[in-house]
Amino acid sequence: MPRQGANAGDQLAQLLRHYEQLLTVRRCEERLQRLFAEGEVPGFIHLSIGQEAISVGVMSALSDSDTIASTHRGHGHALAKGMPLEGFFAELLARDSGVCRGRGGSMHVADMSVGMLGANGIVGAGLSIATGSALAHKLKRSGNIAVSFFGDGALAEGLLHECGNVAALMKLPILLVCEANGWSEFSPADRQIAFNLADWSKAYGIEYRKADGNDVLAVAEAAEVLIHAVRDGEGPALLECTTSRWRGHFEGDAQKYRPQDEVQGRDPLEVAAAYLAREGVGEQHLSQISARIDAEVEAAIAAARAAPPANYESGFADVYTLSAG
Amino acid sequence: MADLRYGAAISQALTDAMAEDPSVIVMGEDIGGAGGSFGITRGLLDKFGPERVIDTPISEAAIAGMAVGAAMSGLKPVLEIMFMDFVTLTMDALVNQAAKARFMFGGQGSVPMVLRTPHGGGLSAGPQHSQCLEAWFAHVPGLKVVCPSGPANAYGLLRSAIADPDPVVFIEHKGLYAKKGPVPDVLTVIPLGQAATLRQGDRVTVVSYGAAVALALAAAGQMADEGVSVEVIDLQTIQPWDETVVLASLAKTGHLVIVHEAVEAFGVGAEITARMADIGFAHLSGPIIRVGAPFMPVPFAAELEARYRPSVERVVTAIRKTLGKE
Ligand SMILES: Cc1ncc(C[n+]2csc(CCOP(=O)(O)OP(=O)(O)O)c2C)c(N)n1
Ligand SMILES: [Mg+2]
Repeated sequence: MPRQGANAGDQLAQLLRHYEQLLTVRRCEERLQRLFAEGEVPGFIHLSIGQEAISVGVMSALSDSDTIASTHRGHGHALAKGMPLEGFFAELLARDSGVCRGRGGSMHVADMSVGMLGANGIVGAGLSIATGSALAHKLKRSGNIAVSFFGDGALAEGLLHECGNVAALMKLPILLVCEANGWSEFSPADRQIAFNLADWSKAYGIEYRKADGNDVLAVAEAAEVLIHAVRDGEGPALLECTTSRWRGHFEGDAQKYRPQDEVQGRDPLEVAAAYLAREGVGEQHLSQISARIDAEVEAAIAAARAAPPANYESGFADVYTLSAG
Repeated sequence: MADLRYGAAISQALTDAMAEDPSVIVMGEDIGGAGGSFGITRGLLDKFGPERVIDTPISEAAIAGMAVGAAMSGLKPVLEIMFMDFVTLTMDALVNQAAKARFMFGGQGSVPMVLRTPHGGGLSAGPQHSQCLEAWFAHVPGLKVVCPSGPANAYGLLRSAIADPDPVVFIEHKGLYAKKGPVPDVLTVIPLGQAATLRQGDRVTVVSYGAAVALALAAAGQMADEGVSVEVIDLQTIQPWDETVVLASLAKTGHLVIVHEAVEAFGVGAEITARMADIGFAHLSGPIIRVGAPFMPVPFAAELEARYRPSVERVVTAIRKTLGKE
């Protein structure tokens, strides 16, 4: 978001960066959708299409050495945090050159070199991992913070309560980011959760804000304010972002449970494009960006396809380390 | 004989148990309206209503503990945990509470609950959605552990598990849900703790359970073509396991192979091996061979996972090895 005192040029550059990242995540996931349907991507994939502004907005307020813990719906988090496209696609296509050497897949994409501590197959697990990462940042006096992303369904997990308490008690530098898409798998989230996060945060003494999760600028702005305080040692904060899940819970989900008249959230890309239009950036510029991103994505897929498949034997060396002697 | 899918047999067992006994309830994540992630509880909500078919939030520790408390207070809860990997979140309720209640409370604490959960790979679901963790539970005094291999025993064993006065971990296999198999015209209850001899033979005994039983049978068929007669035993219940049937078979064949999808090290096969090496030592005419997963998490890549999981070829190799025919 435009920092205070930033000049108009900085603001425009920031908006363009947001748009490019949003589009990158969108295009990657649209391609995954097809690759999955065509049988090139095995396993389960959970797409974040429609929710990209949360990843991009929060990440724009982080530095490279801040850490994040993600969820089963983690592609956007990974890419916005800086995971290279090639390693990302190679992982989903089960290649040896994948970020996890083809051993983890969609639900486990991780890149420690950019502070991405992993997508996660276990709902709620990222909460405690981010809390521990925040502890490390604090003890090392690194000035970094940790971010935990989680869905509105995950609010039912006991870990939220344990981590909220510990983080508040120890004044840990952590930002909790709830991606409230209204669904917990096949059930509406409001049929699963009896409390609201504003009250919850108050009970734990945690600073709380709510943002329109489809508006990248609104997310970035709220994240920036909260993160400023978190970095200053004021303890944990929570950002609740409302959004909507455009696709099924996973690809292949027939979604029979979903009401026909469900209102879909605004398209984060259109919202971002409108900001750019206000700054005088027109269609033509956007289609240039789009063409460049398409080319990058296709190049990454081509490289992944050409890479050697995941290797079985190498896995044994990574079960645990045996002493060199 | 009719044909039924494994998943349908489990659904039928739940339906029949709920119809017969009003204290039976089912609970779990997305099991009501959505019918369960693998469709096993589909239709139960319409038949039995939301008081007995309970959709819960994503709160495994709470719902497992609730099953224990409800079981101590007159209900017979059947809890579904969507993937066996998520049982890690239910461990206190199972291991420290349910398993110990009867003993610790001087025989008063009956906990008639069932935790149903699917284990196993084959879906490229990766390290956190493919594990076979049955050995953990078999190691805990107080828990019973069941793992059916096909529709007929899935039905029969689940009925027994639900009727049982103690906590039962009932382990299904994701890869079997859609598989059809023969069932008797009248579905029958199968007591816990009894193995089934699925194929008679006199040269080698192969003991297995769950989805791996099909591998044992296929390997036995292949060996028969080579003139080697293999006996196949389906354990059905892992804890308590049927030592008598396994020992009797070993006495006949002198050779033992154990096959399961779970990691070999410190597993169910290790226990059977140790026990037979002790009480069956005099009968052994070759090494006891285990076929299981290597000491590695379940990999995501399809080719890696295929290599990782036990196969008919590996069972055949093990049979040859115990016979000294390599
Ligand atoms: C501990 C655990 N329980 C259940 C699941 C199965 N599961 C995966 S995602 C999900 C729903 C999560 O909803 P939410 O947290 O709102 O995230 P969303 O899918 O909406 O992004 C469930 C129940 C799991 N992966 N881990
Ligand atoms: Mg959700």
